[in-house]
Amino acid sequence: MSVIVVLIAVSVLVAAGFLAAFLWAVRNGQFEDKYTPSVRILFDDEKIKEKQENK
Amino acid sequence: MDKKNTTNKTDILCYHCGDVCRDESVEKGGLHFCCSGCKLVYEILRENDLCKYYELGEKPGITPSVRNKVKYEFLDDEQVKKQVLAFSDGKMSVVTFLIPQMHCSSCIWLLENMHRLDEGVTYSRVDFPKKKATIKFNEEKTSLRKIAELLDSLGYEPSISLDAAEKKVRSDHTKKLYYKIGVAGFCFGNIMLLSFPEYLGLEKLSDPEFHKLFGFLNLLLSLPVFFYSASEYYISAFKGLKNKVINLDFPVFLGILVSFIRSLYEIVFQTGAGYMDSMAGLVFLLLVGKVFQSKTYDSMNFERTYKSYFPLSVTVIKSGTETTIPLEKLKIGDRILIRNNEIIPVDSILFRGDGSVDYSFVTGESSPVPKVLGEIIYAGGRQTGSLIELEVIKNVSQSYLTGLWNNDTFRKEKASSLKTFSDVISKYFTLVTLILAFAGAAYNMQESPDKALNVFTAILIVACPCALALAIPFTFGNIMRIFGRNKFYVKNASVVEYLSRTTSIVFDKTGTLTHSRKSDISFSGKELSSNELSLVKSLTRQSTHPLSRKIYEYLKNEETRGVTDFAERAGKGISGRIGNDFVVIGSEEFATGMTSEQNGLSAENSSRVYLSVNGESLGYFSVSNSYREGLGETITALEKKYELHLLSGDNESERPFLEKYFRDPLQMYFRQSPENKLKYIKALQNEGSSVLMVGDGLNDAGALKQSDIGISISENVSNFSPACDGILEAEKFHKLPDILKLSGDSIKIIITSFAVSFVYNLVALEIAFRGLLEPIIAAVLMPVSSISVVLFSVLLSNFVAKRRGFG
Repeated sequence: MSVIVVLIAVSVLVAAGFLAAFLWAVRNGQFEDKYTPSVRILFDDEKIKEKQENK
Repeated sequence: MDKKNTTNKTDILCYHCGDVCRDESVEKGGLHFCCSGCKLVYEILRENDLCKYYELGEKPGITPSVRNKVKYEFLDDEQVKKQVLAFSDGKMSVVTFLIPQMHCSSCIWLLENMHRLDEGVTYSRVDFPKKKATIKFNEEKTSLRKIAELLDSLGYEPSISLDAAEKKVRSDHTKKLYYKIGVAGFCFGNIMLLSFPEYLGLEKLSDPEFHKLFGFLNLLLSLPVFFYSASEYYISAFKGLKNKVINLDFPVFLGILVSFIRSLYEIVFQTGAGYMDSMAGLVFLLLVGKVFQSKTYDSMNFERTYKSYFPLSVTVIKSGTETTIPLEKLKIGDRILIRNNEIIPVDSILFRGDGSVDYSFVTGESSPVPKVLGEIIYAGGRQTGSLIELEVIKNVSQSYLTGLWNNDTFRKEKASSLKTFSDVISKYFTLVTLILAFAGAAYNMQESPDKALNVFTAILIVACPCALALAIPFTFGNIMRIFGRNKFYVKNASVVEYLSRTTSIVFDKTGTLTHSRKSDISFSGKELSSNELSLVKSLTRQSTHPLSRKIYEYLKNEETRGVTDFAERAGKGISGRIGNDFVVIGSEEFATGMTSEQNGLSAENSSRVYLSVNGESLGYFSVSNSYREGLGETITALEKKYELHLLSGDNESERPFLEKYFRDPLQMYFRQSPENKLKYIKALQNEGSSVLMVGDGLNDAGALKQSDIGISISENVSNFSPACDGILEAEKFHKLPDILKLSGDSIKIIITSFAVSFVYNLVALEIAFRGLLEPIIAAVLMPVSSISVVLFSVLLSNFVAKRRGFG
């Protein structure tokens, strides 16, 4: 049964990892502008294509 | 985009901005442009290999405004630079510009590729919802002014304001809220997980050691929730107590506190599992409600003062030379230069030049007022026409219009003076809960003090007003979103509540009840042939005067021809030769050489524009205000429930017309100064009315601020509107009665949601009262009641809004 103790410790740690990721994302400003990155990601794709054409 | 709806298929559209190419269009390389400005932008982009701009969006361009570059000269001033730049170490500088023109993905792309247009720019990032561009640049290779000019030349005119710093505070606050939600969510989830054996009654099967371990883990996990995530509620509750108000946060605080302490006791003394899961869940849901309620319209600014409208700098003539100085340094007696389209920032006397001042910012009235030498020109007007020289007679902050902001009204927060619905109800709620808790304790006292304490705490935990505390933010937040979808943008969710308490409505006239741009035009006199109409159109095309523009737009179907000998006399009129005909359009004296007694403001308060061809006077166009569609129905609908008032800065000429709507003549006031409007509203409030002010221009700013709720009517939301609580798009003016009704409904929705959860609570209370509250029941009841309240209030408000005709 004591394996449960390990399991619980691991599960809390994993959850804490996600919490840390979330806090980092907020701190990093990722929740401030939820629209522009969705548009920006499309530009980058095309930019690469453009470079290839130029070559 | 509206501008594209009106085009026919046969029209040639501008390659840059998508406007219909009219006769002044230019062609280049097989591409058509509506004006040379658009062509210029295209050329800049093509030179720099940025034509992908046109592939990303359909006709993304903006026609650049034709203005002189002197406008940005002040950005070279060290002091101004310090205020505008977000960061600078002398070499690298960072600036964030607000660019209201930003509207599509092409804009984002172009603005993020600024480095290809100016090699001094090292980095540019766009925040589209806020319409902001952050640009990092090398001070040695370029300058702030150059970047501003570059943006302007591309059509993205940056709006520079010196009081932009305060917005950062709000973004920090939102961040904190997210942190708290993250922590609360994490703890809530884990506590729930660890409580599962408890819920399922498994703890008897397993090792009691686990039971102990889980209890202490729960306790550990609940600490951050109790001390960090919920901290806002304690602060708010104590603030309320300090001001001798029991706000809704107080019973919430009581519930959280009691459930924490009791759980602590149970866990430490091994008497039970505690209610940490309920506590953490409640805090988590409450915070989510807070986020839901705090929807903001980032691109809109509800806090504008005159500073947002006025230029930051002004050109001064000192001993014969022109210098640009920041506005605050302007002194009485200075000579200032105002160019075409610039705003006069201070009360002054016209010293040289022809003044023709457009006060549309201030009054909503767009016809310019002619000014002669020696006349006082009040601050806030926009000069149209030639350059003028003025002598300053007052300080910027003491001028006619700006003096309004010295009024006490602008120094205090207005919302705090009003008691919210939740404040009123929470007082009774707390009282009843406490009485019930004591009664329960007393009832069980005979059995055992232990049980009495149990009952006491259980009642406080169960009766915690989570239903109320959730129904309020979710209902108001949802209604606010519904308003937003219907083009009524409110500053925050409490506006919805204040709106529902309106008893009187005060309207401004010009720009609010009337269209600020559209007007009714009619011609009186000899019937004009199509040749004559074409002459008028050709001539008015040459002029930028608003009346000329209006007449030009009115004559849609006529042809235009070339004009020679064109002359424009500011404040008088225009003349020119077309073919063999000499045409004069303008004031009566200018066009016909006569002055009739009717001149000036005529009976129907319209501006008259006289026309003569080859010396023969043909008659006049009357250009009058046109009232908004559905005005009659709107007023009639409002009249039934509210006291209506009208405050206009104009003269009384439209009184007979308006009397049809505003039945009580005592409630119509004309020739009201901005100060008068403010005082009038104050007087109404002293009589006990809750006043809704509907206005538009800067002259309503005082009234909008003083009123309980100020709504500003705007033809274009990204444009300027004075400080207010809500911005209503002009086309939705007729929705005003429905908006008021829906805000009234929102209170009823909250009460209904509360009643629904009350049923749950009653059952739970009954169980708690008898001291039988099993953890499993409490654990199930809590989320079920909370979530059902949230669902119920959101669904009900959607349903009611749909029935009121909101999409």
